[in-house]
Amino acid sequence: MKLTLWTYEGPPHVGAMRVATGMKGLHYVLHAPQGDTYADLLFTMIERRNHRPPVTYTTFQASDLGADTATLFKSAAKAAYDRFQPQAMIVGASCTAELIQDDPGGLATALDLPCPVIPLDLPSYSRKETFGADETFHAIVRALAKPMARTADITCNLLGATALGFRHRDDVAEVTRLLALMGVRVNVAAPLGASPADIARMGQAHFNVLLYPETGEGAARYLERACGQPFTKVVPIGVGATRDFLHEVAGITGLSPSVDESGLRLPWWSASVDSTYLTGKRVFLFGDATHVMAAARIAATEIGFEVVGMGCYNREFARPMRAAAKAYGLEALITDDYLEVEDAIAAAAPELILGTQQERHIGKRLGIPCAVISSPVHVQDFPARYSPQMGFEGANVIFDTWIHPLVMGLEEHLLTMFREDFEFHDAAGASHHGGKAEARVMPAEAPVAEAAEGALPPGFAPPRDISGQKMPEAAAPAPQTAGTVMAPVWLAEAEAELRKIPFFVRGKAKRNTETYAAGRGLAAISIETLYEAKAHYAR
Amino acid sequence: MSLDLPPSGCSTAPVLKERGQREVFCGLTGIIWLHRKMQDAFFLVVGSRTCAHLLQSAAGVMIFAEPRFGTAILEEKDLAGLADANAELDREVARLLARRPDIRQLFLVGSCPSEVIKLDLSRAAERLNGMHAPHVRVYNYSGSGIETTFTQGEDACLAAMVPTLPATQAAELLVVGALPDVVEDQCLALLSALGVGPVRMLPARRAADLPAVGPNTRYILTQPFLADTAVALDRRGGTRITAPFPFGEEGTTLWLQAVADAFGVPQARFDSVTAAPRARARKAVAAHSATLAGKSVFFFPDSQLEIPLARFLARECGMRPLEVGSPFLHRALMENELALLPAGPIISEGQDVDRQLDRHAGLSPDLTVCGLGLANPLEARGFATKWAIELVFTPVHFYEQAGDLAALFSRPLRRRAILEQGVTA
Repeated sequence: MKLTLWTYEGPPHVGAMRVATGMKGLHYVLHAPQGDTYADLLFTMIERRNHRPPVTYTTFQASDLGADTATLFKSAAKAAYDRFQPQAMIVGASCTAELIQDDPGGLATALDLPCPVIPLDLPSYSRKETFGADETFHAIVRALAKPMARTADITCNLLGATALGFRHRDDVAEVTRLLALMGVRVNVAAPLGASPADIARMGQAHFNVLLYPETGEGAARYLERACGQPFTKVVPIGVGATRDFLHEVAGITGLSPSVDESGLRLPWWSASVDSTYLTGKRVFLFGDATHVMAAARIAATEIGFEVVGMGCYNREFARPMRAAAKAYGLEALITDDYLEVEDAIAAAAPELILGTQQERHIGKRLGIPCAVISSPVHVQDFPARYSPQMGFEGANVIFDTWIHPLVMGLEEHLLTMFREDFEFHDAAGASHHGGKAEARVMPAEAPVAEAAEGALPPGFAPPRDISGQKMPEAAAPAPQTAGTVMAPVWLAEAEAELRKIPFFVRGKAKRNTETYAAGRGLAAISIETLYEAKAHYAR
Repeated sequence: MSLDLPPSGCSTAPVLKERGQREVFCGLTGIIWLHRKMQDAFFLVVGSRTCAHLLQSAAGVMIFAEPRFGTAILEEKDLAGLADANAELDREVARLLARRPDIRQLFLVGSCPSEVIKLDLSRAAERLNGMHAPHVRVYNYSGSGIETTFTQGEDACLAAMVPTLPATQAAELLVVGALPDVVEDQCLALLSALGVGPVRMLPARRAADLPAVGPNTRYILTQPFLADTAVALDRRGGTRITAPFPFGEEGTTLWLQAVADAFGVPQARFDSVTAAPRARARKAVAAHSATLAGKSVFFFPDSQLEIPLARFLARECGMRPLEVGSPFLHRALMENELALLPAGPIISEGQDVDRQLDRHAGLSPDLTVCGLGLANPLEARGFATKWAIELVFTPVHFYEQAGDLAALFSRPLRRRAILEQGVTA
């Protein structure tokens, strides 16, 4: 039993719904009690879908449990076939139905329906949403895709895009366009947009492009074995990764990886002098492993940020995530507990968070700007405009999206120069953002947290003052004097000086100074200590 | 106006009972407003990842740093041995209460999986009360989908509290149902102006303010879905004041009148207290009834508010209800409402969503009240919809909200008209 206040991933049958809802001509009969239909609104509201997800819920009640839930399942499956006439059906159980062990697969097979029926076995009490999506797609491909003659022209399948995926709709379009530049045609993109009939002709492609390892790797590996189709390992998010991806495709197909890059703007936008202020900005990354690992590469090598923390919530990808983090000299944070993520962010005191909607909220609480790079999604992650993450246009979108939350170049300098300015103070926030900038409460001795409140739109929680956060034990090698640790005391003038430091680096400055002072056995921190520490930690 | 209306309206209308796929929330959803209402309460669902995901999806709970509800997610080893599950629950509760010393009421909320594996939460609550009393009072109720539909979760929660309320001989009025604070304050102000008192609320905002109940307690429901709570209060000796529910000017007046009659408030005083807010409510509703009058409306089942709201829309806004679906129809609580609802609509109970969608398409209503899973698909087919959940999450009771209530229904129609203009311009 584990207490969970909020979870990054839903149960595995929601993953199966992401596959079913993304597809056409497929129907999902889910043995589930009333209430599980809440999952419909994820698709109709968050993604603004104009159709109900193709899911029939058996809706058993307590009174059915002593009676015959199996018959209920069979009649629901039969009625669903008659009403929706799908090309294929997937059948399975939600968490409660798993406990009553009715065997939906066996029951549906016994109905002898005139379409393929694919049973799903998704363990609700040990696995989660992305596993459910991957396993469901894998099961459908295993049931329907067969080896067949290759197309005359060079074609590939795009694997892994689902309903409710982070920018999947536009990534599929962008990668299709990118591959066309090389002369590769997309045979089938699945699950998103594909029908069971499309799945059945996947075998005619020359190779597969694995867009999202989280939701497509099972199918990719199966197709490699069963249909002899190699699959790409590079996920084309970012300029470097997109070029690597083109080379990987060139290696498979023998085509030239050189394509028209005239639409690519990120490199110049990053090189132009306005972007100098981005140098070494401390970023913390958290989300699904694929997006975080790709984002780390972009952050470190294409925008010039410093990656100060990274991690993922999907434990299945812990190993590649740990390896990727190691390359930046970091220990990866693998957790699905957002409170742990919040603590890690507070401890790292980054200037920018790249995360999920949850990290956006954490950023709001801590007063740190955030851009969203990964699922879980909400309605804002389905923009009306074209905004992929993959390919060259994806790189352009990423540059804009990540830079927007930051305070801009010269404005940041002015904030640093006139930290105590009563209207243009750092807590007033970036001038291009919403929210009412309020004049600083005079006298200037106003508590830090209060002064910061003015930067937030009405109704938002004030940022927590993270300067007082406990540091992780390992990072605080305080000297032990006679068995007691004396925390250095801040002298009033030093404390006032600390308050002049922009809020987004204040926490870091405070902790660095305290570590520095403690390391030298100082009892008090003066202005001199503050600046000595600054020089000590200068990079 | 008298409550002794002859049986009329829909009192004797046949009820279409349906059984099939239900497009509704389970009772866990009530936690979303109950935990805001009870400011020192924590709601601990003992359930699965699905329960946790439902709660955060229905509520968009990321807005809370550390919400006062959570899910103790059952894992495989909990399913293997219930003794261990109980030990794990004790440990998680101890950890939670240690971290949240502000919590004075803890609700263990049963779910579909906890009920199927027969994890006895009432015994767990007893045991935990032994460990954490008197600082924390532990209750238990079921919000499971196999037992409860949406607002029935609040009913189950309040019903679970009633047996433990202190006893009293005092002649008090108990107002029952979780209301938004602003509405609760208006209700109390009206009752106080009528000279009715003392008035207690269930639920109370804090554990210390919980009401007492006894043979001289008279209680009145503000929500139509509190059937089990009413039974529990009856068992404690309370007497229910029957009335229509306080939606719209008419509903509010009849509700207040029932209280006034029970407490012997002189009619002149009643009239003088209610005259001004009644006029305001009528005026506010009139601003929207121009949009609504003559339009037809179809209710998919959701919160059990459907019949009272259809009554309001028919009688105060001039709408024509075509079908009024409700997850459950409690005749005893609904008789006043059914008598007021003009004859005509299909009254349905339960749901087979596909068949109901067929009926809906056949009737082609001007406005459809439905859940979030159906709204966009129906809009895409050309129907104007109102999300039913907003009717539960918005202050809609009593006089000052009557206009807001009408606005919830008129806005989709006005919006549609605006956008149509834009397209043709």
